[in-house]
Formats: sequence, C-alpha cells, structure tokens
Amino acid sequence: MSGWAELDRFLATDPRDVGCEEAMAMLHVYVELVAQDAGAERRYPGIAAHLRACGPCSDDFEGLLAAIGGPAD
Amino acid sequence: MAMPHRPAGGASIARLSFDFESEEWVRALRGSEAERQAAVERLHGLLLRIARSEVRRRSPRLGITGPELDDLAHQAAADALLAITAKIGDFRGESRFTTWAYRFVILEVSAKVGRHFWRDPGVRLEGEDWERLPDRFGFDPAREAEWRDLLAALRRAVEETLTERQRRIFVALVLNGIPLDTLALELGSNRNAIYKTMFDARRKLRAALAANGYVDDDRVRRS
Repeated sequence: MSGWAELDRFLATDPRDVGCEEAMAMLHVYVELVAQDAGAERRYPGIAAHLRACGPCSDDFEGLLAAIGGPAD
Repeated sequence: MAMPHRPAGGASIARLSFDFESEEWVRALRGSEAERQAAVERLHGLLLRIARSEVRRRSPRLGITGPELDDLAHQAAADALLAITAKIGDFRGESRFTTWAYRFVILEVSAKVGRHFWRDPGVRLEGEDWERLPDRFGFDPAREAEWRDLLAALRRAVEETLTERQRRIFVALVLNGIPLDTLALELGSNRNAIYKTMFDARRKLRAALAANGYVDDDRVRRS
C-alpha cells in the first residue's frame, strides 16, 4: 500500500463506528455471523466499521474467528 | 462515533432458548459439585487449547517464545475460566456457549500481550521523532519531493489543532509505534477511551488537511 493510501486509510473515520467496548461486547455474536456468511456487516454495520479501523479489535476478531473455525491444535 | 449499537434495521438474533450443547454447558456449570467440577475441567482444557493457539498466532509480533509463551497461555486460560464461571448468568444464548467463552480467553490473551509490552523497557512513550513519520505510512524516501509538503502540513495540523492529550496519544501511537493496549495501561486508561481520542484526532487532522487543500474528493491528494 502506498503512503498516500495508508495515510488516507488512517485519517478516514466512519460515523457508524461503535468503538471498542461495544464491538467487543458483541464479538461472539458477530463472529458467528461471519463464520456462517450470514450478513454480519449488514446486521452490524457499526461493528464492521470499527473492525476495519481498529487494529487491536480486528486482531481479537481474527483470533476468535480462528478459534471457532476448527481444532486449535 | 456512533451511540451504543443495535442491529441494523431492527434485526435481532437473540434466541428464545439455547442450542443443545450450550444448554448442557450451562446446566453442568450450575449443576452439582461433581458435575460442575467436571465441566470446569473440560472447559479449562478447551480454553487452554485456544489460548495456546492464539499466543502462537500472535507470537511473531511478541518477541517471546517457548515456556514464557506457554505461561502466558496458561494465565489467560485460568483468568478466562474465572471470568466465565463468575459471569455464567450473563450468557443469553446469542451465540454458542463455546463462542461466548472463547471470546473471554481471546481478550485475556490480548490484554496479557499488552501488559507484556508495557513491561518492556524498550517501549518509548515520550520523545517525538518526526523523521519516522514517512516510514510509519510507507512513503518512499526516493519520492520525498511528492510527499514532503503533505507531511509537513500533517505535522502542523498535529501541533496546531489537536488537544494536548490528542497530541500525546498521536505521538505515542504513530511516531513511537506504541501498541494501543500498552499505551492504555501506561496512561491508566482503556482501549475504548484511547481509540475514541484518536478517532476524534483523526477527524480533526483530515479536516485540517482538507481546509489546506491536501484532500480532494475525500481522498488525500498527491502533489
């Protein structure tokens, strides 16, 4: 990604973004919808917007998605 | 940012009853002492497996390996188990019980990783090395003539439009590369509050760049 695109991504803010607390509180629900391809982003656009912008929460989401995706070992 | 979240269009996925497996977990964890103990041991085994997998997934960024990594997984699993058994009454069946439980252990791993960096004396919270700004965003040094003015404008916006707290958090996260969770610990704050502060700062910085002609059609403009 070029510097311009990265800076643009950094400066972009989505008014639907619910923040970390709300996103983490519903992460278990959201991740199952993602795993089932059941319209997670359509049902929870504020969580989707947050996960696109917040590195730590996105990392937690990826971890939980991997955890429910199959045997951990 | 948005107010506390509700599903779009009034959609609700709340279930009236738990799925069979979740029902069994809740029943066992609230059952007789023998049942409860067996369920707790089984749950701990699952949580430890997930914690180990998660620390391995994150390990390339942690700089720790072997016994220390496994110790972190054990601590995360134990703390998650305590939280789950204390909050079992909060489980409403909106997801499978195991998904709800795994969220606790993933968040415990995440918190412990933040504390790991907090203990690292190499973490710099103070100091402002603006020379690192181009690298932070991946600007090519060979094309400095194209981005020099833009980043100078960004620096002016940081200095002139942000509050002292916003500026301090920008410097720590962007210039010094401090992980957000580590910064939250250092400031006695939390992830949500730090994120909200940066969210407002990012919006201010974009507006300042737009006001000075560095943003066209809602995109950062190339020189």
